[in-house]
Amino acid sequence: MFWNKEIECINRDELEKLQSQRLQSMVQRIYNNVPFYKKKFDELGINPKDITSVKQLSSLPFTYKSDLRDNYPFGLCAVPQQQIVRLHASSGTTGKATVVAYTQNDLDLWTEVIARSYTMAGISNSDTMQVSYGYGLFTGGLGAHYGAEKVGASVIPMSGGNTKKQLQLMEDFGSTVLACTPSYAAFLGESIVSANILDKIKLKIGVFGAEPWTEEMRQYIQNTMNIKAYNIYGLSEIIGPGVSMECECQNGSHIYEDHFIPEIINPETGEVLPEGELGELVFTAITKEALPLLRYRTRDLCTLTYEKCACGRTLARMGRIVGRSDDMLIVRGVNMFPSQVETVLLELPETTPHYAIIVDREGNLDTLEIHVEVAEQYWTDEMKQLDAIKKKITHALSNMLSLNPTVKLVEPNAMQRFEGKAQRVTDRRKL
Amino acid sequence: MIIKQLSVFLENKLGRLTELTKVLADNDINLSAFSIAEGTDYGIIRCIVGRPELAYKVLREQNFSVKTTDVACLVVPHKPGELHKALEILSKNDISIDYMYAFAADSNAVVVIRSESTEELIRVLQANNFDMLDSGKVYQQ
Repeated sequence: MFWNKEIECINRDELEKLQSQRLQSMVQRIYNNVPFYKKKFDELGINPKDITSVKQLSSLPFTYKSDLRDNYPFGLCAVPQQQIVRLHASSGTTGKATVVAYTQNDLDLWTEVIARSYTMAGISNSDTMQVSYGYGLFTGGLGAHYGAEKVGASVIPMSGGNTKKQLQLMEDFGSTVLACTPSYAAFLGESIVSANILDKIKLKIGVFGAEPWTEEMRQYIQNTMNIKAYNIYGLSEIIGPGVSMECECQNGSHIYEDHFIPEIINPETGEVLPEGELGELVFTAITKEALPLLRYRTRDLCTLTYEKCACGRTLARMGRIVGRSDDMLIVRGVNMFPSQVETVLLELPETTPHYAIIVDREGNLDTLEIHVEVAEQYWTDEMKQLDAIKKKITHALSNMLSLNPTVKLVEPNAMQRFEGKAQRVTDRRKL
Repeated sequence: MIIKQLSVFLENKLGRLTELTKVLADNDINLSAFSIAEGTDYGIIRCIVGRPELAYKVLREQNFSVKTTDVACLVVPHKPGELHKALEILSKNDISIDYMYAFAADSNAVVVIRSESTEELIRVLQANNFDMLDSGKVYQQ
């Protein structure tokens, strides 16, 4: 099924024309309205009037997550506040959130791409969708919500957590579609099986995203709940979920290239790689009004193919995310950076900035353990004081990360000191 | 009458305690009292040894997190009610106890007591004719 067949099956020459027009106009807008880009263009001697074709994209500068932080909160916005109707935020690298802004047209665009995605998965007004992503600053909940309403599905804005109630409503309201992170989907599936209510559940489709997952995980979820599970990809800096989506062929995710131009680059050199090669995914949001980012470095590693898909779509497809070109971790669907942990520890005199982060998976839920040293002068032989220190560190880390880590105190000077690049993260999950 | 107790912060890890006792054994350090306060991921070893200064030095050299803590060692007859008498006096004198550990054999019991005000604790107990263990009897000559 197609939501917008004209675009989704567009002739690639026509698509290129459309992209070129839109890129041209975007470059003008950011040059005129975002001092950050004007300065960059001027320094590089690029005249925005010279950019007329999408083929020139590789000559333009990149935008990094750190640029959003340095221009926190609204420095990269290309429209005045009066036109901004929504703000979302995700984790930054040192605690300052990455803020993203939307105009009404941006929200409409976001709803359009999610509507295309849900239609691609076979979702229609005959469906009842349980949205079990967190609602709030995170783009997952509200993004899924408006997209599902657009296709006419009955939406249950359930939000995350409260598994017992999730199952109750799923059964009582007859949910046919589930939208959440793949790890929560796996957990819900197990809960359905152990509550022995699989025969009372009407679920047939799952649209899962916000964290990387494997083909094995997909098979597991599909078999546990007897559904078809689709991957949806996105990042808040570009729009949120709905940058790309898998079709029924489940063979790569279609990127909505009429809005987001993808490139795969060598993360070391920045050079654009030939089709099919593994590298870092970069996006240019050519139609966004509030936050039109130019060649944004996603840090996600994958491949691209422009081959026409068996489903009939001509849009480029991206392969599974196989890793990151930075040290970002995704734990229970929440982005986190080791540098956030470091920021917290540096502010607490009771501990040193020497630490270890251990991520594992028990059953299908991620676990996060952080080992911290007690500073020499704070270590006491009284357990209640050490426990108080541990509580204080745990509290500060939970606030920063929006995750509840298990903090483990280790002996002063017990953590390894690194002379070169520190290896502080152990990820035992098999992705 | 103050006795230097060694406190060592140890990770809960198989073999870690053996590493500690090996250092003491290799340096001919006698153990007179020993207790483990057990947390979920770490433990605190508290011990009274024959050569506290040497023990502190060699444990440091082996990268143990060690501190010395002042404690008092009360000697009471190994009979019902004897500890109670001492604790009653401490409580009347507003002296609170952080932790203690004890063992009785033969006719007497020795109670190791840690308090924020160890000196005051010793003074009060001695003024009430309680017997305190002298460091000379614990430390190796």
